[in-house]
Amino acid sequence: MAAEQKFTQHTWPESPEQATLEGKNKFLGFWFFLGGETVLFASLFATYLALKDSVPSDTHAKATDLFELPLVFFMTMLLLTSSLTSVFAMYHMKNYNFKKMQQWLFITVVLGLGFLGCEIYEFNHYYHEFEHKFTSSAFGSAFYTLVGFHGGHVVFGLSWIIALMVRNAKRGLNLYNAPKFYLASLYWHFIDVVWVFIFTVVYLMGMVG
Amino acid sequence: MSTIAHTQKRGFAGTVWEYLTTVDHKKIAILYLLAGGFFFIVGGIEAMMIRIQLAVPNNDFVSAGLFNEIITMHGTTMIFLAAMPLLFAFMNAVMPLQIGARDVAFPFINALGFWLFFFGGLFLNLSWFLGGAPDAGWTSYASLSLASEGHGIDFYALGLQISGFGTLMGGINFLVTIINMRAPGMTYMRMPLFTWTTFVASALILFAFPPLTVGLFMLIFDRMFGSGFFDVAMGGNTIIWEHFFWIFGHPEVYILVLPAFGIFSEIFPTFARKRLFGYSSMVFATVLIGFLGFMVWAHHMFTTGLGPVANAIFAVATMAIAVPTGIKIFNWILTIWGGSIEFTVPMLYAVAFIPSFVMGGVTGVMQAAAPADYQFHDSYFIVAHFHYVIVGGIVLGLLGGAHFYWPLMFGTMLSEKLGKITFVLFLVGFHLTFFIQHFLGLMGMPRRVWTFLEGQGLETGNLISSIGAAFMALGIIVLLVNVVITQKKNIQVGRDPWKDGRTLEWAIPSPTPFYNFKQLPLVRGLDAFWIEKQEGKTDMTPAEPIGDIHMPNNSFVPFVISLGLFIAAFGAMYHADEGKDWAIPVLIIGMLITFGAMLYRSIKDDHGYHIHKEDLLDEAEGGTR
Amino acid sequence: MANLHPNSGDPKVTYEYRRKKHAEEMRMQVITFTMMIFFTVIAFAAVGAGFSKWFVIPFVLLLAVVQVIFQLYYFMHMSHKGHEAPQLFMYSGVIVAFVTILAFLTIIWL
Repeated sequence: MAAEQKFTQHTWPESPEQATLEGKNKFLGFWFFLGGETVLFASLFATYLALKDSVPSDTHAKATDLFELPLVFFMTMLLLTSSLTSVFAMYHMKNYNFKKMQQWLFITVVLGLGFLGCEIYEFNHYYHEFEHKFTSSAFGSAFYTLVGFHGGHVVFGLSWIIALMVRNAKRGLNLYNAPKFYLASLYWHFIDVVWVFIFTVVYLMGMVG
Repeated sequence: MSTIAHTQKRGFAGTVWEYLTTVDHKKIAILYLLAGGFFFIVGGIEAMMIRIQLAVPNNDFVSAGLFNEIITMHGTTMIFLAAMPLLFAFMNAVMPLQIGARDVAFPFINALGFWLFFFGGLFLNLSWFLGGAPDAGWTSYASLSLASEGHGIDFYALGLQISGFGTLMGGINFLVTIINMRAPGMTYMRMPLFTWTTFVASALILFAFPPLTVGLFMLIFDRMFGSGFFDVAMGGNTIIWEHFFWIFGHPEVYILVLPAFGIFSEIFPTFARKRLFGYSSMVFATVLIGFLGFMVWAHHMFTTGLGPVANAIFAVATMAIAVPTGIKIFNWILTIWGGSIEFTVPMLYAVAFIPSFVMGGVTGVMQAAAPADYQFHDSYFIVAHFHYVIVGGIVLGLLGGAHFYWPLMFGTMLSEKLGKITFVLFLVGFHLTFFIQHFLGLMGMPRRVWTFLEGQGLETGNLISSIGAAFMALGIIVLLVNVVITQKKNIQVGRDPWKDGRTLEWAIPSPTPFYNFKQLPLVRGLDAFWIEKQEGKTDMTPAEPIGDIHMPNNSFVPFVISLGLFIAAFGAMYHADEGKDWAIPVLIIGMLITFGAMLYRSIKDDHGYHIHKEDLLDEAEGGTR
Repeated sequence: MANLHPNSGDPKVTYEYRRKKHAEEMRMQVITFTMMIFFTVIAFAAVGAGFSKWFVIPFVLLLAVVQVIFQLYYFMHMSHKGHEAPQLFMYSGVIVAFVTILAFLTIIWL
């Protein structure tokens, strides 16, 4: 049975996340879920594009007033690097090296937390310096929903990875948890994909007007 | 655990617990059938109230406000809480058996999907008792729905959001099942048409529900948490709601109609004893309908001021959908042409479906011409159109499917005699009710009006329409009697009760063993069971030796996850009200219950259990040890 | 790029072969990552340099699309065998997404 079977580096299957029917199903199901999430985020992007800079009066801050590119650049570096470190983690999972996988997942989490910290600082800054709130304008509602939903996904992804790391710390890799780690890493990559569009569409395009 | 444990008699409490915790697709199908059937009755009662109010001019059977609530709930209930679950019932009951699988890919999520739908529907309908139902139409357009006083719209938005999560899960589940769990030999082009339509409908669900999720989120937050998506004063835009609603709403009607088409594609060959004509083109047409279904949504918005270019694009795309649909109609006709036809109740529904649905389809093409739609829009002509396609297409499919698949789901067969009575009453009533509404619309009667004046030529039409509704109600009552009598008598009809089953679901013993197939069957072509029958065999050739079967465990967690969201919804809804300090804590507690249950599910290992080979062999020999 | 890892008769050979393949793949991914950083820097620089928005907007969008393709195909293994269904559904999602965004850019007005 998937959880009990013992492996060595040599007997560990090539694609451990798909070595069981359960793994194959989870793999497909999760990709389909990501397809749905693509449409979900596209809807949020569409709303943002329609309501960009849509404020009730001139006293409200607009995109060019608010965004600071250096911070966004730094956040992008953090998230992009965390995507790479999760790839490293999967590399070690493929090589049946549980300890190294856990280490790289840990680094991924740290980078992700760094990203979150920056984003919280950023939102706080807009809230206090510019009175730019979720409830202050349609622009605000659309901005915080899009970027906030992404942030919510980051929170969920970090919780997921941490839960997996803690839960499986004592028992190492097996065919029951390999798909779970793989899926969490796919989710983490997807979050980076969404962020690429966020920094491009919201921040970069926001600054050119 | 031996099979004996699963066949022992349970008391009433045991049965209730079994159904509360089941992850078996066959039992979940029955749950969907019961819940969907219940909500169908509720929606039907709402329809009766509408028709009673409109039977005569200047009526005061219900007040205007209450009428608005009734029409809103009638539409919302019928589409989300009756049609979708009933179709899910058949997809759950039949599709895994048709592809030779032992369950769906994610049995736990299947159960979760059901309970989310159930609690969402329950939440929505509690509005009747808690201050009033939503009253902005099933489409809940943003300007009106933002202004609606009371909590009716909040019940709508939160209830549908919860139900919607369940549907999305169901869609993903069916997709993975069909791709990964087909029996050996079943290539994509050997899948029965009902499986194909389930597949395409599930893909539509995957892509259509996220926009609805986003739209409902915005409605919830605009009404309850002060955001400004639709509020013009804050820079918002109400047309955003319409776009999201219809980007969802149009694929939604194809989500409903495609499985119904699939049911008919099973019924026609069975009762004409002739294979489905043009299988490949049927598959192609199904996929094309699914794809085009995403390209036409703004035909619901022709009169909003999109401009002539946009209107033209959507008009042409809408007309294009008629083509693959027409392909299907011709293929069904050519299937029965020259066949050896038996007019069982399912076949009666199928044959009646053809002209009825086509009538709805052609008025759809009329409306697709954007300039003409300026006259039709918001009149009873539209109401007539969509009831013709929904009732004439989907409901006839559900009724026919209920008769056709009843033996598969319950081991008994509904009475043909009572079934024919229901059929005649319902069909006559349906045409009486809705045919005349075309003319009422053309004569200028707007839709969603709670009454009409005398002397405008609308009296006769409305009266006829209301009489028709009574016929439909009678037909459904006879159906309920049929169900009760059949289940009480409990005469087991055994395997392949229609004698001409062509596909795998009819090849297994009846009642269906809880593991479906003792040995996965070897599929040698389209209509796999029919092929074996043609060679004089009575069973499928197995594709594997008898071995241990891995089955999933029951679980109460799906119920708990759904319950948590249900509780949280109350907190969200009431948090801004005066004197309701308990609301925020309730919201938090509800979310904690949901996430806590999800965490529990993630952390606690669940490997299912095995049915051992020895027990299966015992069964094969008919003995017990 | 398909990901074929056939088995030879000798498990040790298979093992060595697989390790080598994983290492090669890892190298590709690090190169991909470097390019993604590079594209990100260029995109920010293009905005900072103050070019006309008619150039900058299509340019940064193009860079974003290329980055996403890298992420999907190399980090998320969409290039490997066995990813036909994921590809089909992601592209279908992209089509629906594109149509939605196009609509919101053209037929929403105020």
